Amino acid sequence: MINNTPSKEHLEYISKIKRRNTLITLCRILILIIFIAQWEITARLNIVDPFLVSQPSKIVTTFFKLMQEGHLLRHTYVTCIETIIGFISGTIIGTLIAIILWLSDFINKVLEPYLVVLNALPKIALGPILIFWVGNGQPAIIIIALTISLIVTIISVLTGFNDVDEDMIKLVKTFGANKYQILKYVVLPHSLPAIISTLKINVGLSWVGVIVGEFLVAKEGLGFLIVFGGQVAQLDMVMLSIIILSIIAYIMYAIVSKIESKYIK
Amino acid sequence: MGKLTLCNVSMTYHTLHTETKTLDDISIKVDEGEFVVLVGPSGCGKSTLLSIIAGLITPTSGSVYLDNKIISYPCNKIGYMFQKDTLFEWRSIYKNITLGLEIRRELTKDNIDFANNLIEKYGLSSFKNYYPSQLSGGMRQRVALIRTLVLNPEILLLDEPFSALDYHTRLLVSDEIYKIIKAEGKTTLMVTHDIAEAISLADRIIVLSSRPAKIKKEFNINLSIENRTPLTSRNAPEFKDYFNLIWKELDKYDK
Ligand SMILES: Nc1ncnc2c1ncn2[C@@H]1O[C@H](COP(=O)(O)OP(=O)(O)O)[C@@H](O)[C@H]1O
Ligand SMILES: [Mg+2]
Repeated sequence: MINNTPSKEHLEYISKIKRRNTLITLCRILILIIFIAQWEITARLNIVDPFLVSQPSKIVTTFFKLMQEGHLLRHTYVTCIETIIGFISGTIIGTLIAIILWLSDFINKVLEPYLVVLNALPKIALGPILIFWVGNGQPAIIIIALTISLIVTIISVLTGFNDVDEDMIKLVKTFGANKYQILKYVVLPHSLPAIISTLKINVGLSWVGVIVGEFLVAKEGLGFLIVFGGQVAQLDMVMLSIIILSIIAYIMYAIVSKIESKYIK
Repeated sequence: MGKLTLCNVSMTYHTLHTETKTLDDISIKVDEGEFVVLVGPSGCGKSTLLSIIAGLITPTSGSVYLDNKIISYPCNKIGYMFQKDTLFEWRSIYKNITLGLEIRRELTKDNIDFANNLIEKYGLSSFKNYYPSQLSGGMRQRVALIRTLVLNPEILLLDEPFSALDYHTRLLVSDEIYKIIKAEGKTTLMVTHDIAEAISLADRIIVLSSRPAKIKKEFNINLSIENRTPLTSRNAPEFKDYFNLIWKELDKYDK
């Protein structure tokens, strides 16, 4: 029998937890307010140099100014698109390569040391070469983002593939499954959680790739705004770009987490 | 000859460092409708033997016959059940049960009706749309058996199918599964290291030595009890005698 009316202790327990959660949220907001307030005040009183650290009110002004000029949305959009293409293609191509390596143990063994070396290499170092090859533009940025997440994807998806219970594979073999059916019925669905958590990691990696790529070549995008703001000594613009960046990166991460929790119970 | 016959099957595993002789000249005959249990210590090669019969690995030497003909793989007359139920967590119970049909591309109306019949007959109707994680261990093992039976195999291979369950559930589930197997009239070859379980289920017990597994002795199990089931078997007066005989047989090898 299920007791539908919760006991008094249980209600007390719930309200205790709720009060605690409210307190946590309040503290978080408070920290943000205090941080912004002290930033504004110390800058106004010239305790810190507003030229070096900018100041919240100026960042807001810059925000509206750039919005009116109509460029800010464009810059944000460009960076977002590059990032999304970067992590999605990184995940898809990485997964496809992992599938090939799973299908052929021989190729897998042959390529193993190369994967290890490539994984250890800081992919950013390849940036200038990639630009040299693909040209000075958006494709280069996307390829840098993709390169960063590709090897990690291959390695972690392959680990997911190899983590499948041997007995499950044996079982479908007794049903007469061939290698593609094993992939379709067992290995891929089993590894879906691994693939989705790779996607989550790749969001972060892709941001790094895109921003660095924009530092190197871009004529638009938030990364470009940051570099440009620095060059013309407009710290407000730099700070604003960083704030927008962190908000959007957070939103994107939250969306992927949502997808993840839908598939991983 | 019987339904399933193994002739002089030997198996040696090779790795770079060692070779492990696992099966040594095993010959077994299982008759139609018979329930044969292989008992042997852990690691002696029981799973290896079943894998050979199922065609998952090729023996170093010897052959397997089905209906007096050398068996060719893949063989859809053999059903295999594992220690773990290996249900697919991402598929509903119904989808788990019809997995074999889907893989064999045999989702015909007749086969689906047959599957639904089994589901109904063995009390799984109300769980069809559940997911494996929502079922108890015993129930999951029943689903695993139905999943095998849906393909209508002539021979069932059971690899310690109850050993992942707790003692109480194990008794109940072995009783239940035995009844299903008998009702469906399947020829069964089961392996276990649990002597009592073996006696409670078997028509015949074959005792294996420790690795490399050799056939040590065979016992025909005749229990003077009416309406024999695994649970009632345990009350048979002969139960203890068989237990002691087999216990001694196994004991010799660990020395
Ligand atoms: N793929 C394999 N490669 C090498 N040795 C194996 C392999 N599979 C099993 N063995 C060895 O063969 C022996 C028998 O294994 P198994 O048939 O699983 O025993 P049991 O089922 O009786 O516990 C064990 O010692 C095990 O280490
Ligand atoms: Mg085993």
